[in-house]
Amino acid sequence: MIETRGLRKSFRSRAGRETKTVDAVRGVNLEVAEGEIFGFLGPNGAGKTTTLRMLATLIEPDGGEAAIAGADLRKDPAEVRRRIGYVAQGGSTWDESTAREELVLHARLYGIAKAEAHRRAARALDAFQLSEYADRKCKTYSGGQRRRVEIALGIIHEPKIVFLDEPTTGLDPQSRAHMWDEIRRLRTEGMTVFITTHYLDEADALCDRIAIMDHGEVVAEGTPAELKREISGEVVLVGLDAATTPRAAELLDTEAYVSKLETADEGGLRLYVDEGATAIPQVLRRLDHAGLELRSIELHRPSLDDVFLTKTGRSLRES
Amino acid sequence: MKLARDTWLIFQRQIQLLLRNPVWVFVGVFQPVMYLLLFAPLLKPALNAPTQAEAYKIFVPGLLVLLAIFGGLFQGFGLIAELRAGVIERSRVTPVSRLALLLGRSLRDVVSLVAQAVIITLLALLFDLRVFIGYLLLAYLMLALIALMTSAVSYGVALKVKSEDALAPLMNTVAQPVLLLSGILLPLTFAPGWLQGVAKWNPFSWSVDGVRALFAGDLSNDKVWQGLTIIAVLAVAGVVWAARQFARSVR
Repeated sequence: MIETRGLRKSFRSRAGRETKTVDAVRGVNLEVAEGEIFGFLGPNGAGKTTTLRMLATLIEPDGGEAAIAGADLRKDPAEVRRRIGYVAQGGSTWDESTAREELVLHARLYGIAKAEAHRRAARALDAFQLSEYADRKCKTYSGGQRRRVEIALGIIHEPKIVFLDEPTTGLDPQSRAHMWDEIRRLRTEGMTVFITTHYLDEADALCDRIAIMDHGEVVAEGTPAELKREISGEVVLVGLDAATTPRAAELLDTEAYVSKLETADEGGLRLYVDEGATAIPQVLRRLDHAGLELRSIELHRPSLDDVFLTKTGRSLRES
Repeated sequence: MKLARDTWLIFQRQIQLLLRNPVWVFVGVFQPVMYLLLFAPLLKPALNAPTQAEAYKIFVPGLLVLLAIFGGLFQGFGLIAELRAGVIERSRVTPVSRLALLLGRSLRDVVSLVAQAVIITLLALLFDLRVFIGYLLLAYLMLALIALMTSAVSYGVALKVKSEDALAPLMNTVAQPVLLLSGILLPLTFAPGWLQGVAKWNPFSWSVDGVRALFAGDLSNDKVWQGLTIIAVLAVAGVVWAARQFARSVR
């Protein structure tokens, strides 16, 4: 659905008398399959929005190429525009217009005839549960309502792909959960959804596949589960009394499913295993068999933040 | 055809929003009316005009051109608000004609300017101003072209500078000498030679002379077609330049 090769963009910024060139995006290769929710995860300033704006024909790449829904981004941006929808981060509705007016106008800008535009607007208002406020001015909407209008605008012409730039930033937890449902609904309708986010949980819960971006480059790509598995496997924390710890370590170190064993700082042992769910019963059995009593057992699954940390050397939460 | 359709769509939307907030009519007419009531009475003695109606024939055309220039030049502010709201970016991801994004807005400005001009002309009729309707329509054409040009330029500049803080001083700096060098408030016949020489290079000075000739019923005056031609050429240039700004990537 989307394929990019070496997509690049740099900006010139002037600070005082000096002009600096900032390489915002330095060669991005991506493949996004039809019907998936693809997530672009990274800290602010990683180049996510710039990449998205290039793919949406809003800024011209300095180099590289991309095919989007079968159209060539460099050679035929007009055709790309017809096949994609784009929802910007900062909003796109006018305070003094109503949701219905915005939807009808937007549909008509795509060349849709008047009667059909009205039908589609009514359907979209219904699908996004906006009918009640359809004829009120946008300035009276809540943040979540307004964001739903904007997403409805982005898909009013039934594009094959929709790009959503940070669709849940600034929303309260409830509106956010609601928005996730809306995005999943788009997928069930057969649309390919491309989102950017700097929320780890969002990338994890919502996206089928993600690319982690940092300093203008994709540093990792895959399903959230794959990425997490790739870095370290899982960790089982076994809580033990100081007296029994050495003996337990001796016993467990020889088990085949334990790839590495460490004494934990907080007391007890850290076992690195491939899959915690199957390792835990075996640990319990082994220790019970030897008559060793354990205080607690805990499974620690690596998060996408751990992935980010391994790939970039810093935590996403800090950056 | 697509251009006409897209322009109509944008124009319709802009007019609809304009009518929703009719305060502009009051604001747009209040100031010129003040000039008409409080400034124009000084003109009969100052211009040595035989009657008050004669003084109006000189003053009203200048006032209308003034409105067209200023009304147009300050339209960019509205566009910056639209830029900030993301409305322009939203339009730019659709296949809509870039020229239509400009023309739809500029045409709204032309229509609202002509509406103002009609109201002011009607009021001036109360002060015994008399103009032949055909000539008046030609004068309105001149005003429409001025407004088209100044609003297009204002939009183009707005897209370039993207901030009100930069647009306001820029437009004021341009508008003031243009205003003073066009003989809008008083005809430049009173001006010393060097000032008249400089004013010749101001296109608006030609259009003010043209509109005055039309109000005086002097269609054969060369200033009429010269003024119209100069402004028409500039309007086309302004529109082409500003449409390019709409087509180019923002940011």
